[in-house]
Amino acid sequence: MLNLRALFARQEFIIFIVLVVLCAAIAIVNPTAFLTVPNAFRILRACIVIGIFALGALMVLISGGIDVSFPAIAISALYLSTLIIVDTGIDSVPLAFALGGLIGLALGLVNAVFIGIFKLPTLIVTLGTLNLFRGALLFFAGSVRIRLSEVTTNFADATRWNIITVPAARGEASLHFSILILLGLALLVWFILRYTMLGRAIYAIGGDREAAERAGFNIVRTQFFIYGFVGLLAGIAGIVFGILGREADPFSIVGTELDVIAAVVLGGASILGGRGTVVGTLLGVLLITVISSNLVLLGIPTEWQRFVIGALILIGVGIPALQGLRRRAQRTQLIGAV
Amino acid sequence: MANVQVSPTKLKNADAPRLSLDSLIPRDTSIIRLLVITIVLFVVFSLLKPATFPTPINLQSMAFQMSEIGILAIAVALTMISGGIDLSINATANLTAIAVASVITALAPAANTDAGTAATAVTLAILVGLAVGLICGLVNGSLVAYANIPPILATLGTLTLFTGIGTVVTEGAAIFAQERLAEVGNGVIFEIPVPLIIFLLVAVGVHFLLSKSRFGFELYMVGTNPQASRFSGINNRSVLLRTYIISGVLSALAGIVILGRTNAARIDFGDSYVLLAIMICVLGGIDPAGGFGRIIGVVLAVFALQLLSTGLNQVFFDNPGANFFRQFAWGATLLLVLLLNYFSARARQRKTSAR
Repeated sequence: MLNLRALFARQEFIIFIVLVVLCAAIAIVNPTAFLTVPNAFRILRACIVIGIFALGALMVLISGGIDVSFPAIAISALYLSTLIIVDTGIDSVPLAFALGGLIGLALGLVNAVFIGIFKLPTLIVTLGTLNLFRGALLFFAGSVRIRLSEVTTNFADATRWNIITVPAARGEASLHFSILILLGLALLVWFILRYTMLGRAIYAIGGDREAAERAGFNIVRTQFFIYGFVGLLAGIAGIVFGILGREADPFSIVGTELDVIAAVVLGGASILGGRGTVVGTLLGVLLITVISSNLVLLGIPTEWQRFVIGALILIGVGIPALQGLRRRAQRTQLIGAV
Repeated sequence: MANVQVSPTKLKNADAPRLSLDSLIPRDTSIIRLLVITIVLFVVFSLLKPATFPTPINLQSMAFQMSEIGILAIAVALTMISGGIDLSINATANLTAIAVASVITALAPAANTDAGTAATAVTLAILVGLAVGLICGLVNGSLVAYANIPPILATLGTLTLFTGIGTVVTEGAAIFAQERLAEVGNGVIFEIPVPLIIFLLVAVGVHFLLSKSRFGFELYMVGTNPQASRFSGINNRSVLLRTYIISGVLSALAGIVILGRTNAARIDFGDSYVLLAIMICVLGGIDPAGGFGRIIGVVLAVFALQLLSTGLNQVFFDNPGANFFRQFAWGATLLLVLLLNYFSARARQRKTSAR
């Protein structure tokens, strides 16, 4: 039998309801603008990069850490890959992804060394590497924006690799192939978290580090996997960002770190570790994207976006916290009664 | 509570000299190390750039630059000592600046308003600004202390919320302060920049608050071990609430200084200040896990970072990328200091266990 109470207690379900209600409201107020295939494609397209980032941030949050360096990793991967492609003249999209992934992995492992081996606090380490990577990129590699179409043909052409194209009011609307990358990575992360020993280890470390260690989980190895994998994801996201935006701008991406973490938290992941799901994270990303791109269709001016997102975060984290307080109060009462 | 575990570092922290009367004398190693780094930076850059670095004009301009971030760093430091963090400092500062600029624009709009009216308007505006900071801090403190939301989450939410309010109020545009706060942001008293005086007054005030008052003692207790402090009769919630209120008011003060210097209030000013302030705190020896750290360390870290920034700017004068090398150097310094602390802690541990 379906347990309704348990269903309603899950943050994924609550955020799903919020998303449905919001979409229904927008659809009723402004059906012609919202309920169109081009608009759906636009929303999905806006989800891709932040979605890939969010998958990485989810893993880190579940393990009880916090990573703010992934935007710096992403832009380093994109910019350096573009430079290598231009220098070598090997103009290939798979190469771009391979390079981006490798650079991301390497930079992620730098985080892993500080966090895993030296046991330094994750926020502080990634704060350091955020500045280190971005400063190094801008100083040593360059600070000039590169338009992909001016220096590459294949790489720049990937902007037009669409999987579906439909006619729209003006021209046509398309869904970019990189949505498949997001879905593939989401499946991968879901599988790792749910069905592998590694996934168990990630949840265990975030739930109670000491208990996980005593239970025999190798914490250092798990942290190397987490931060290396997050770097890899960031590198891939960086390449996708470049393809979607048709350029490698070394000043872009950095500054989005807290927004991504907000999306993951909205999706039910606990910043204290041990809790969080892929489905919730994707819903959180979708909700934030709909708010920032479609709230205006509800007649709410765009200036209200951040206010609404902030209020949602506080409600989203406040309810579980208050529930926890009430449970504790009840327990205390029970103990008192005995 | 037999199973309350106290880690070795926490025990060591309890013995640290922070509560002693002569706590002005830096005795713990991280502060001495910072002092040495600061002096070395000054000497090195003075030798590299003797004509431009150790000059009164340069010192003055450095003092102007570091004061606002210094005040913000002290705001973060307080919350970090309590075991939390405040990500909303910059949003609070910008919201304050918007409120102050709005009040000034409303009460003393034209440049030819008479001096008396203008003075009243500015005084009222500053009071309103500090009240905004107090309210922001109250919201943070309530969320952390009474709703039990982890500080990093609560202030991530309010960061977004305050930025949202500021965006709604200003519709994203800048509001100007009619040059009426220029004395606060750009003025000098005996050649000493007013922002620096404000920063140092804040530093001295908070230092004594932490080392001499009952609140300071309780703050360290809550940060070291909230459970133990509760069982020893400290009202954790009230301590946390007051901590975030002070953080909010200090952020508001920084916002007023920023407004004075730039004459324009914008909700998206200084986005990088939040992470920079946290970095300064860690460099200054504030333990992100709470319970340990002193304001003098934060002040020294502000000095050191400013010397590094200005020095590198002058050394790389011909290179347009000087700003970026500065960011690189900040990151590298933070990681190096973390490593230094790690290895010196391990060496200490080994010495202790050998005994």
